[in-house]
Amino acid sequence: MSDAVLPARAPSPVVVPLEARLLRFGLLLALAVLVAGLVLPLGTLLLRAFQDPEGSFVGLRNFAEYATTPSLRLAAWNSLWTAALTTLLVVPLAFGFAYALTRACIPAKGFFRAVMLLPVLAPSLLPALALIYLFGNQGMLRELLFGNSIYGPIGIIVAQVFYCFPHAALILVVALSTSDARLYEAATVLRAGHLRIFGTVTLPMARYGLVSASVVVFTLVVTDFGIPKVIGGQFPVLATDVYKQVVGLQNFNMGAVVGLVLLLPALLAFAADRWANRQRSGLLSGRAVPYVPRPRRARDLPLLALCLLVAVALVGLVAVAVWGSLVTFWPYNLNLTLQNYDFDRFDTSGWAALWNSVRIAATAAIVGTALIFGTAWLLERGAPGGALASAVRFIAGVPLAVPGLVLGLAFILFFNHPANPLGFLYGTLAILVLNGVVHFYTVMHLTAVTAIRQLDPEFESVGASLKVPAVVTFGRVTVPICLPAILDIAVYAFVNVMTTVSAVIFLYGPDTKPASVAVVHMDEAGQSSAAAAMAVTILAITASVKLAQIATTGAVNRLTQGWRAR
Amino acid sequence: MSAELAVASAAAAAVAAPPYLVVEQVSKHFGTTIALERASLTVAAGEFVCFLGPSGCGKTTLLRAIAGLDPATSGRILQDGRDITFLPPAARDFGIVFQSYALFPNLSVNENVGYGLRGRAWPTARRTHRVAELLSLVGLSEHAKKYPAQLSGGQQQRVALARALAAEPGLLLLDEPLSALDAQVRLHLRQELRALQRRLGVTTVMVTHDQEEAMGVSDRIVVMSRGHIEQIGTPETIYRHPASAFVAGFVGHASHFDAVVDASPGTLLADGITLPCLGARKMLYGTPVQAFIRPEDVALGPSATALEGHFAARVMHQEFLGPVCRVTLQVGRLQLEADVNPSVAPAIGEVLLAALPAERLMVFPRHV
Repeated sequence: MSDAVLPARAPSPVVVPLEARLLRFGLLLALAVLVAGLVLPLGTLLLRAFQDPEGSFVGLRNFAEYATTPSLRLAAWNSLWTAALTTLLVVPLAFGFAYALTRACIPAKGFFRAVMLLPVLAPSLLPALALIYLFGNQGMLRELLFGNSIYGPIGIIVAQVFYCFPHAALILVVALSTSDARLYEAATVLRAGHLRIFGTVTLPMARYGLVSASVVVFTLVVTDFGIPKVIGGQFPVLATDVYKQVVGLQNFNMGAVVGLVLLLPALLAFAADRWANRQRSGLLSGRAVPYVPRPRRARDLPLLALCLLVAVALVGLVAVAVWGSLVTFWPYNLNLTLQNYDFDRFDTSGWAALWNSVRIAATAAIVGTALIFGTAWLLERGAPGGALASAVRFIAGVPLAVPGLVLGLAFILFFNHPANPLGFLYGTLAILVLNGVVHFYTVMHLTAVTAIRQLDPEFESVGASLKVPAVVTFGRVTVPICLPAILDIAVYAFVNVMTTVSAVIFLYGPDTKPASVAVVHMDEAGQSSAAAAMAVTILAITASVKLAQIATTGAVNRLTQGWRAR
Repeated sequence: MSAELAVASAAAAAVAAPPYLVVEQVSKHFGTTIALERASLTVAAGEFVCFLGPSGCGKTTLLRAIAGLDPATSGRILQDGRDITFLPPAARDFGIVFQSYALFPNLSVNENVGYGLRGRAWPTARRTHRVAELLSLVGLSEHAKKYPAQLSGGQQQRVALARALAAEPGLLLLDEPLSALDAQVRLHLRQELRALQRRLGVTTVMVTHDQEEAMGVSDRIVVMSRGHIEQIGTPETIYRHPASAFVAGFVGHASHFDAVVDASPGTLLADGITLPCLGARKMLYGTPVQAFIRPEDVALGPSATALEGHFAARVMHQEFLGPVCRVTLQVGRLQLEADVNPSVAPAIGEVLLAALPAERLMVFPRHV
């Protein structure tokens, strides 16, 4: 019947337009990078754990050997209890700090926020070096330890508290910022006291934030390499074990086994965090009214004291490192000098190491941001879904669960394999850039996705109805609107690649040693002043980049965000 | 035989005016859920058609299939004689206004309206001219340099409309374009939208869940429910002659009650009351039915006495609505709503005579 009404037409063949093919190609590119930089290396690591050094399959023999070696088991136990103790110390401290910033009336919140982020900008080695200045064999305050040694669990835990504090505090600030003033008013009207309100409203709202923070801190401590390397002394932990097996004993197979063991707590933590995040959604309705604290001395004064104490500790530890790097011979000759910054005297790569780090970090920031933001946009808006998009989406979430040391080990096993056509990358800056991008992929990806999801979902549809290619809409609308988020991603990449030790310790070549590795080497060689100087220089560079970002925010906003004004 | 007849009548209609948009047996499945099941309709050139239904009825799904944003799973869609079922949106000829307007917040009103006017066909001078023309058409010329956030909701809606119309599309699609506005602006813009559509003569399909809006602007309404088309017709047909119980209940206001077809032809029996009903004449004795009556059709007092089958009812509740007063009546277990002139509204508790005009009572078989 319809044929009588309508002019008969041959069904037109389904043509995939050029644009759709280009978008698909973009996703394939992202998948290729993630497969080469994550899936294949991790696969190689897994395989090597079941092989002997000659490459023949030995089943679980490596694991059996691991389980029966008491020193290795001890390292695992040490990692667990130091991480647990650090978590118990950091999370309440960070909660108090975050509570003060979000739920109390204290002055200088901006200053406290800035100070809170200080440890993020420094390599984890810096607090360890500063602690050695204070409490080490030649430490000024050594007597305060009553004969205990800072080299070992005490040093590790104190340094980890410093290093993990901002990570926990950031999560808790976010968790405590999402509040509904109406709930507090309801509780007050129902005559609940301050404590009861805290227990029935505040804590339940923040509980998933607390889970997240604990999980993140625990994972950071278990997987961190720099701190136990510098201040751990003879106290074995998992992270230093991997290094010992691989760099010291050249036993890659046992290294792979320890790497997999290291992956376990990280994977568990990752799963717990995903669970907590899922529970969190829906806590707050769209009509929530943000809570604005009113002054109350009984709450504000103790919290202000806590914030000041934390700020003094954070700034103080950095200041000690800076001071230590500037004195002639700690602690006997405290005359100030710049000789420790003459890095060429202490390490073969010298200042070149810093230049390497800057180049790696800048390239990772630029290339990584472009790749990650572009991919996030393709996943959210550009290309149709399907198996390819699901694969990319899944793999993008994995790096968060992979400790840097495991990733670095996986990289050497994969790229150093004689049969790998990508082997030419080994020892180049390119492999360090790829490692950096993959290592920090997930957080950058999530930032990009969050920014893109805030855009109206119909932008691309409108563009299509107006016959404007999606790529043009991406360039004219998506990127300008998301520019602040894009800058955040780039700075995050730069800072983290600049300060990481664990992922790159296996990967550098003779000409590509990064500054953070140079710090480890100078410390190993006993030149702790030079090591501190290098760590301070890294901090100076990351801090200037961060400050530059803050300074340019105003200009960037004027250029691209003028439309936000009403 | 009947098929031949259908072909003949359809062919005659096609000769008279070939439909601009033809939707044939279009279905859309998301996994195992069926969002749209074998929807068929035609839209004539220059016509204003509304898809009306509660949320989740498939009206937006159908609109997005026509736009190519979520292509249909099966069926055919033809626009101006061209099969567009599987064409990407960019290869089709339509403009669209979304519920959120999706205005680009970082581009000025000028840039938003001129967004699709690019390429060789639109040199700068021509584009500037066209944008100015459109902005004067929607009355926003003095706001050309502002950003969307600096405009009111109604103004944003008009920018979105101007942007959709910029390249003179053959088909205008509107996805709940007025629902984000407050009531007064909505009424005003609805009339403006209709006037503009008449002036430009652009074929328009609008999705809405607001029946008053659909009645106010459409040439024809497509009532949808749970992925099916329930009825297609002019606003009056849909209001006076609903094709199903769903349409009778969804469009306009109506009291409804269960009844059974009585022995004498054209009467219903509801809770012991016998009601004359033209619609029941062709129904079998004993058929369970659902009956609907609009409040303005219920006769009260003296006008009820003149009608067959009047009954006494008690006033339970009254609601002042401005032009009318809506009273709730109780007759045994039946509850009816009736509109009366507020100046003669009965008091609560009063017992008065009521009647349901036989030609106004709408009945549909009830499946038990």
